[in-house]
Amino acid sequence: MITIPYLTALTTYFSYGLLFAFGQFRDFFRKIFDWWRVNNLQGYAPICLGLEDFYTRRLYLRIQDCFGRPISSAPDAWFDVVERYSIDSNKTLKRTTNTSRCLNLGSYNYLGFAASDEYCTPRVIQSLKRFSPSTCSARVDAGTTTLHTELEECVANFVQKPAAVVFGMGYVTNSSILPVLIGKGGLIISDSLNHNSIVNGARGSGATVRVFQHNTPWHLEKVLREQIAEGQPRTHRPWKKIIVIVEGIYSMEGELCKLPEIVAICKKYQAYVYLDEAHSIGAVGKSGRGVCELLGVDTADVDIMMGTFTKSFGSCGGYIAGSKELIRYLKHTCPAHLYATSVSPPAAQQIISAIKVILGEDGAQKLARIRENSNFFRSELQKMGFEVLGDNDSPVMPIMLYNPAKIPAFSRECLKQNVAVVTVAFPATPLLLARARICISAAHSKEDLLKALEVISQVGDLIGIKYFPAEPEKQQQGVIKVD
Amino acid sequence: MQDPGLYAIYCGDECEDIVYRKRASLSMCVMFEASLNPQSETLRTMASAVLKIVNTTLDWVTLALDAPSARAVVFGVHIGGHLFVEVLLFVVILFLLSQKSYKPPKRPLTKKEIDELCDEWVPEPLIPSITEEMLREPPVLESAAGPHTIINGIDVVNFASANYLGLIGHEKLLESCTSALEKYGVGSCGPRGFYGTIDVHLDCEARIAKFLGTPDSILYSYGLSTTFSAIPAFCKKGDIIVVDEGVHWGIQNGLYLSRSTIVYFKHNDMESLRNTLEKVTADNKQAKKLRRYIVVEAVYQNSGKIAPLDEIIRLKEKYLFRVLLDESNSFGVLGSSGRGLTEYYGVPIEKIDIITAAMGHALAAEGGFCTGSARVIDHQRLSSSGYVFSASLPPYLASAAITAIDVLEENPDMIKKLKENIALLWKGLSDMPGLSIASNAESPIVFLKLDKSTGSLKNDLTLLEDIADRVLKEDSVFVVASKRSTLDKCRLPVGIRLFVSAAHSESDLQKASESLKRVAALVLKS
Repeated sequence: MITIPYLTALTTYFSYGLLFAFGQFRDFFRKIFDWWRVNNLQGYAPICLGLEDFYTRRLYLRIQDCFGRPISSAPDAWFDVVERYSIDSNKTLKRTTNTSRCLNLGSYNYLGFAASDEYCTPRVIQSLKRFSPSTCSARVDAGTTTLHTELEECVANFVQKPAAVVFGMGYVTNSSILPVLIGKGGLIISDSLNHNSIVNGARGSGATVRVFQHNTPWHLEKVLREQIAEGQPRTHRPWKKIIVIVEGIYSMEGELCKLPEIVAICKKYQAYVYLDEAHSIGAVGKSGRGVCELLGVDTADVDIMMGTFTKSFGSCGGYIAGSKELIRYLKHTCPAHLYATSVSPPAAQQIISAIKVILGEDGAQKLARIRENSNFFRSELQKMGFEVLGDNDSPVMPIMLYNPAKIPAFSRECLKQNVAVVTVAFPATPLLLARARICISAAHSKEDLLKALEVISQVGDLIGIKYFPAEPEKQQQGVIKVD
Repeated sequence: MQDPGLYAIYCGDECEDIVYRKRASLSMCVMFEASLNPQSETLRTMASAVLKIVNTTLDWVTLALDAPSARAVVFGVHIGGHLFVEVLLFVVILFLLSQKSYKPPKRPLTKKEIDELCDEWVPEPLIPSITEEMLREPPVLESAAGPHTIINGIDVVNFASANYLGLIGHEKLLESCTSALEKYGVGSCGPRGFYGTIDVHLDCEARIAKFLGTPDSILYSYGLSTTFSAIPAFCKKGDIIVVDEGVHWGIQNGLYLSRSTIVYFKHNDMESLRNTLEKVTADNKQAKKLRRYIVVEAVYQNSGKIAPLDEIIRLKEKYLFRVLLDESNSFGVLGSSGRGLTEYYGVPIEKIDIITAAMGHALAAEGGFCTGSARVIDHQRLSSSGYVFSASLPPYLASAAITAIDVLEENPDMIKKLKENIALLWKGLSDMPGLSIASNAESPIVFLKLDKSTGSLKNDLTLLEDIADRVLKEDSVFVVASKRSTLDKCRLPVGIRLFVSAAHSESDLQKASESLKRVAALVLKS
C-alpha cells in the first residue's frame, strides 16, 4: 500500500482544488460569452454533457505535450522523439520535422525485440511476402494460415499449457473472452487494480463483479468466503461459478502478483483462476515463461492464462492458453475468433521467431540482462531516495510524483536532457497517486542506465520528489531486511 | 318504558357519561335476563343488589379520579378524570417511544457454518461439455488469402476474404510494409499516450481524413475494438440509441457497455425506423435534452444489405438524432471513388457525426479508424478505452493502410471492376435451387440465405456448412457460412457469405456460381 505523506497529500489536494476552481471559473465566463453566440447545436444535446470532459479541457490540455509524443523510429533503447510546438497555449500541437535522439525509458520493449532484429526481421519480411499483411478474414473463415496454427502450438508450448488460441489485439482478448466464460449468475472477483480491458470484459459479461484489495490474498479469501456463503444477491442462490482475475505484473505498480497464495486460496474454494500476463510473459522467469515460472506455480493450477504479444515479443495481439477443451470451446464461441480479422501474418511470425530466440541461448542472455538491469536501476533509484514502487525482478518501476505540477515538470525536464519517461496521472491512476513509470529493457546498456540515473537524480532534486532520505539510512534498512 | 340509566345520560353531568353508559348497559343486560325468566324473583333482587354494588364502586372511582382536578376548567370545559387518564396515556406513549424498535436477533453465520457452505458449494464446470459442432476445424491456408489460395496443397478460389479491392499481395503494399518493418520493427510497444505514437500513425490519420474529406480521424489497433470503444465514449447512461437489429457483435457490445437506453428497429426497414424515432421522441419529454443516436452499418456484415442513407439522413434531421455509421464493408467499395456510403448516396460527409470502419477489409491492412469533426476525434483520445488502454497499431500496418488509400485513389478502375464482378456473380447465382440472394445488388457481400429454414439456427448452419464444405472439397471454391457466436444477439438468418473481390476473374465467378448451384441442389434436395 502506498502511504502518502500528510503534507504531500495536502498540497496535492490543494493543487487539484486550485486547478478545479480555475477551470470552473473559466467555464463560467465561457458560458457567459456563449450566451451571445448563436446556438450551433440546433436542438441536439451537446456531445459532452456537463462535467464529462471537464478534466480534458481544463486539466489535461495544460500538460498535453507530455503525452502522446510522436516518435519517428523504432521504440528501441534510443529513439527519435519528434518535436512539437503549440501556438494556442497547448490546445493543439503541431509536429515539426525536427527530432531529438532520446533514451527510451517508456516503451514495453522488455526483451529488446522492438527494433529490427537480425534473427526475427528477415523471417518477418519473408512471411509478409508469402502471406501479405492481412488475411482480410476471421479465423473461422479464411483467417487461419499455417502460421497461425504454428503460432498457437508455439505459444501453448511456451506457456506450458495443452492448447492456446491467439487474437489480433490484447485488449480484445480480455474483453471478448470474459463474456464467453461467465455470464449471469456467475461471480468475477477482480483485483482492484486490474487493467481496463478486464474491467470492460467483466462488465460486458453480465456477471456480478466483486473487487478485492490489490494483491492481498487474505482479503481475497474473505471476499470468497462471504460470497460463497451469501450466494447471488437477492435470490441467494449459489453462484454458478467464480473466476478470480489477477495480473502477473501490475503495469502501473510494477508489483508481482502473489500468485502462490492466491492460487492456493482459489483451489481451496474451487474458484477458477484467470491470470493476465500482459507484462510478465517473456519478461520474467528463468526462461521467460512469466510469473508462474518465477514464483514456482504449476501452470496446471491456473485455469486460464492470458497474455499479450505487444510487450516482450515486440509484436501485437494476445493469447489465451488453457486445457484443450477450453480452447476448443472458445474457438467455437468467442466473437473475437468468429468475427475479427485474424492476427496479421508478419506479426504472427515475429512472435514465433521471438519465442524461438527466448528459448535459445540469446534469450537466456536477454533475460539475465533485463533482470540485472531492472534490479540495478531499482536499487539505485531507491538509494537516491525516490519512492519507487514494485518488486524486485519486475522491469516496471513507478516513481511517485503526487503533485499535479510535478507531472509535466518531471517529463519536460527529463526530455530536455534527452531522457524520455512516461508520466501517468488520472484516469490511469487514482487522482492523488500520479507517478512516473520507467520500463527497463534488455536493450539498455550499463551506460544508458547510468545516464538515465544521473538525469533522473538531477531532475528529482530540481522538482523535489526524493521523498525519502538518501543513501546511508537506506543501506541500513537493507541490512536489517537481510537479517 | 324509560330506563333510569338512559335518562341519566340525557340529563346527567357531561363528565360522567362513560360511567352512566356502562351502568346503563349493565342494567339493560340484567333486565334482558330478567325478561327471559319473569318468575324468578330471587334472581331479580340479586341482580339489583349487584347493580347497586357496581354503581357505588364506579361512583367512588369517578370521585377518586375527579378529585385532584375537580375544579380544573379549560376553555370552559370541566376536565375531571380525563386529565389523569390522558397523562397516563402520554406517559405510556413516551415510554413506548423511548424503547428500541423490535429487531429479530441477528445471528451472523459462524465460521463453522461458512466452512460448511464453502465445502458444500459445487461450481459449474468452467465450460459446457464439448459438442460435435465445436470440433469443426476451419481450413488452413498455405498461402496468402488472395483471390486464389492454397488449401491442402490445392489451389482454390477464395470467396471467404473481404479483400474487396484485391489488394492482398499488391506489390506496393508489400514494399511499404517491408520498409516500415525495417525502420520501425513489428510492434509499437506502447499505447498511443506513452511513446506508442509513431509518425506513420499520424500520417495515416491525416491520410484517411484527407481522403474522406473530414477534419480529423483516429486510429484504433483492431477493427473489432473500434466500435465497442467509440460508442461508450459518446453514449452514457440515459442517452437514447436507436439501432438496427442486424448490427454486428462489435456494435452490440459497444451498446451494452455504454449502458444507454437502446431501442432496436427492424432490419433495414425505414418505416420501422421512423415509427421508432417517433415513439421515442413522443414518449419522452426529456428526449430533447438527451443525446440521441442512430447507429447503422453501411453494408451489414450479417446480411449484406446496404443502409438507405438518404432516408436515414432525412429522418435524422427531422427528429434531430446524430448518426453513427459503421463503414467497415463499404469504405473503399461504395461510391465512384470508394469513399463509402456517403459518396454512394451523394450525402455530404459532414451530415454523419461519427464514422467508424475496420481496415481489415478493402484496405487489406488491419486495425480500424473513426472519423468525424475535430471535437469528436479529440474526445476519443482520452475517453475511448480501446484507444487509451491498448498498444497502438503496428506501424507497418498503418503504412500499409496509407499505401492502400494511395493505390485506390490512383486506380478507381478497381471499384469499377468490383462492381462488374458483383453483377456477374449475381447473374450466375440468380436461379439458385433452395437458396436466394438476400443482399443488395451493389453490396460486395453476396449473402445467400435458405429459402426454407429448418426452423433452428443450428440446423440451418449445419446445412449451410455442409454446402460450403462440399463446394470446397469437390470444386475447390472456398465459400463460408456466416457463423454466429452464442453472445451475438442478432436474430437475422444465417447464410452463405461470398466476399467478392475486384481480383476475381470471370471464370472464378462462373466456377463459384456453378459449383454452388450444383451442390445446393444436391444437399437441399435430400
